[in-house]
Amino acid sequence: MVEPAVDLTHGHAHDDHAHHGPQGWLKYLWSTDHKVIAMQYMFTGMFMALVGGFMAYVFRMQLAFPDISVPGWGGVVSMGEYNSLVTNHGTIMIFWVAMPVLLAAFGNYLIPLMVGADDMVFPKINRLSFQVFFVSTIVILASLFVEGGGFAGAWTAYPPLSADATYNLTPLGSTLWVIGVGLEFVAFLLGGINFITTLMNSRAPGMRAFDVPLVVWMIVVASILFMLSVGPLLAGAIMLVFDQTIGTGFYNPATGGDPILWQHLFWFFGHPEVYVVLLPAMGVVIEIITTFARKKVFGYRIVIFTVVATGVLSFFVWAHHQFIAGIDPRMANIFTITTLLISVPIAELCFVYIATLYGGSIRLTTPMLWALAFVAEFLIGGVTGIFLGAAGADIYFHDTYFVLAHFHYTFFPIAIIGTYAAFTYWFPKMFGKMMDDRLGKWHFWLTIIPFNMIFIPLFVLGMGGQHRRISNYSSFSELAGDGFQSVRIFATISLLIMLAAQLIFFYNCWKSWRSGPKAPKNPWKANSLEWTTESPPPHGNWRPDRMPVVYRGPYEYSVPDREEDYWPQNEPDGAPLQVVDPDAGEQGR
Amino acid sequence: MAARATIIPFRPRPEKKQLISDGVLGMLVFVFVEIMLFAGFISAFVIIKSRAVGSVWPPVNQPRLPVESTAINTLALIASGVVLLIAHRAHLRARRSGEDGAVRRGPGPASPRGLGGLPGDSTGRLLVAATLLGGTFVVLQGVEWLALIREGLTITSSTYGALFYTIIGAHAVHAVAAIAALGWATMRLGAGLLTREALSTVAIFWYFVVLVWPFLYVVVYL
Repeated sequence: MVEPAVDLTHGHAHDDHAHHGPQGWLKYLWSTDHKVIAMQYMFTGMFMALVGGFMAYVFRMQLAFPDISVPGWGGVVSMGEYNSLVTNHGTIMIFWVAMPVLLAAFGNYLIPLMVGADDMVFPKINRLSFQVFFVSTIVILASLFVEGGGFAGAWTAYPPLSADATYNLTPLGSTLWVIGVGLEFVAFLLGGINFITTLMNSRAPGMRAFDVPLVVWMIVVASILFMLSVGPLLAGAIMLVFDQTIGTGFYNPATGGDPILWQHLFWFFGHPEVYVVLLPAMGVVIEIITTFARKKVFGYRIVIFTVVATGVLSFFVWAHHQFIAGIDPRMANIFTITTLLISVPIAELCFVYIATLYGGSIRLTTPMLWALAFVAEFLIGGVTGIFLGAAGADIYFHDTYFVLAHFHYTFFPIAIIGTYAAFTYWFPKMFGKMMDDRLGKWHFWLTIIPFNMIFIPLFVLGMGGQHRRISNYSSFSELAGDGFQSVRIFATISLLIMLAAQLIFFYNCWKSWRSGPKAPKNPWKANSLEWTTESPPPHGNWRPDRMPVVYRGPYEYSVPDREEDYWPQNEPDGAPLQVVDPDAGEQGR
Repeated sequence: MAARATIIPFRPRPEKKQLISDGVLGMLVFVFVEIMLFAGFISAFVIIKSRAVGSVWPPVNQPRLPVESTAINTLALIASGVVLLIAHRAHLRARRSGEDGAVRRGPGPASPRGLGGLPGDSTGRLLVAATLLGGTFVVLQGVEWLALIREGLTITSSTYGALFYTIIGAHAVHAVAAIAALGWATMRLGAGLLTREALSTVAIFWYFVVLVWPFLYVVVYL
């Protein structure tokens, strides 16, 4: 009889958790705090970025200097190893770096803080989400070391190559690959349920739908896209595992199956997936641009409607990945049109960003540089995509380095530039210390310039018709000619410079964390709610009796007649404005 | 210039309210994912069926599916869904009369005791009936599977068999999980701890399992 009484009186007091929860490092393993889970996602993602970056280093070395012993790899890269490296580089960078860092880490960190909640709606499901993700990480890393090596059938895993071990020669690696990716989807599914429910149900009092910061809107729309698209791929993955392990013939034409079926199921997920990772990056960038231009977002509602329209359209473009897979040419026409249409809302978002910058008082801090670089570099990725979206041009470009350079010009701005922008912008909030701006700028320039030096040459290679799945061009004298080999060497050396520059970032993080100046609550003088609490925020985010109340949208910068050029969302309307408000009579008090 | 400042509307401090409770909303999102999962399976079925050799489906050398006995089984599943719907409504009614009556006092949450044991509350019996009907469905499906395997329809005998066992098996896994959830709800009710939100969350999952079945039956069996 005593127990219920205790429960009633305790209510929602967050401070109590510390006393009877697990202690020490177990506290981090079993924590349900959204900030701890965000950090777990972020550091796992960063570790996987190192793994994926190392893979890129090894196969770029093989491409530039064929059949030399690659330092750090311990020998010559065999053809099978090359295939395994490119496959797992793609898989890891998309599913274990872009998604966990941008969507899961920043989604987990920002959503409760930005909507003024003490935590996610389902903290235990959130914890389960990371634990499943962690298991999936172990599975994909283990798959690299089993007999036969890691899966080597390209990250799109087209059957029959992926379904039959006699073709791909990686019987265990390919099965572990599918299982790892499947577990990873389950993890994000659990996380996405939390994101959507938290935005719907846990907003601070006063926060209406159109008072929510755009990054939260975009992360939640991205989660909805993920939810709607992942089901068919899970169905396809279950069938692929059955094909691999128990010998069903879903994708085997000899037994009445259909290999193109996988391509449809994969790309029905795969194309919305591009927007699943793009939208959080776009959201991060607009937050940073508006803060450092000290200007209201140009067309807040238009941005939201545009994002929703992009999401809807993204479900009708998937077959543009299959123009040469033998689909009906009439279908190719339709998908060319939808593909070109989807560039309209994305271009609109870029114009919104430029319009937000226009006339602002711009401060070129490190996060702002990353945000501006995102817009510029993503533009190149978007414009080159138009050539690939047109079915006629795609027949020539398909599977060349042009495709590869195109999607690196979209994914690098998303996964790397967007992440650095977000990381440097919210670092003071996450770790309570200011980052070194000078080192940050060195890191920025030494990343951006080599990035362009890697991938602009690859556009040239692609236009020259160079196929992207060849490990050693010196075996094909007609492909190795025309000075293309020197272009490959140039790109590889640029990659080495870029990878080395990342050391500056890690040094900057370590140094700032150890001995950086202490961050105030609101170092950038921004409006949204996460800047109204301590840096770093305590467990429960705000003191239970001081949960924020929202009075306005998040982008009231440079409001005339105010002393300060920002106006936090939780600040009650001051006396000077209240008096002259013409609507006051109508709204009443 | 002073007039421009007035564009920002004055807003009195509003109240916080929820349209849909957390558990129900989370479950609805999850059910959306599940619908897309089964849509993926159904599209795979339709595409592979359309590519069948000589458009003969099911393949000539494969056993037929038990259409009639599964129809009866379908009725058991739908009956279970209807009984759960009645149980759900009974629970809501009992809670409401409980809240209006003496159970709820003060600002704290309603006292846990007394939710299940109110006079005239049939929720418990109905929940047990729904769970048993659902269990009947799963057991009868298992019996049919055994018969089909004896007749020579296995997961590797043809794409027909592979699709059948994968799709119907996926549904069976969901049904077992949902029955476990119903059992959990029944136990919570017995302990007097079953909240309105928890029952709604569990019920929505069971409604999904029940409602997706007729589609699978029509596509796969007929």
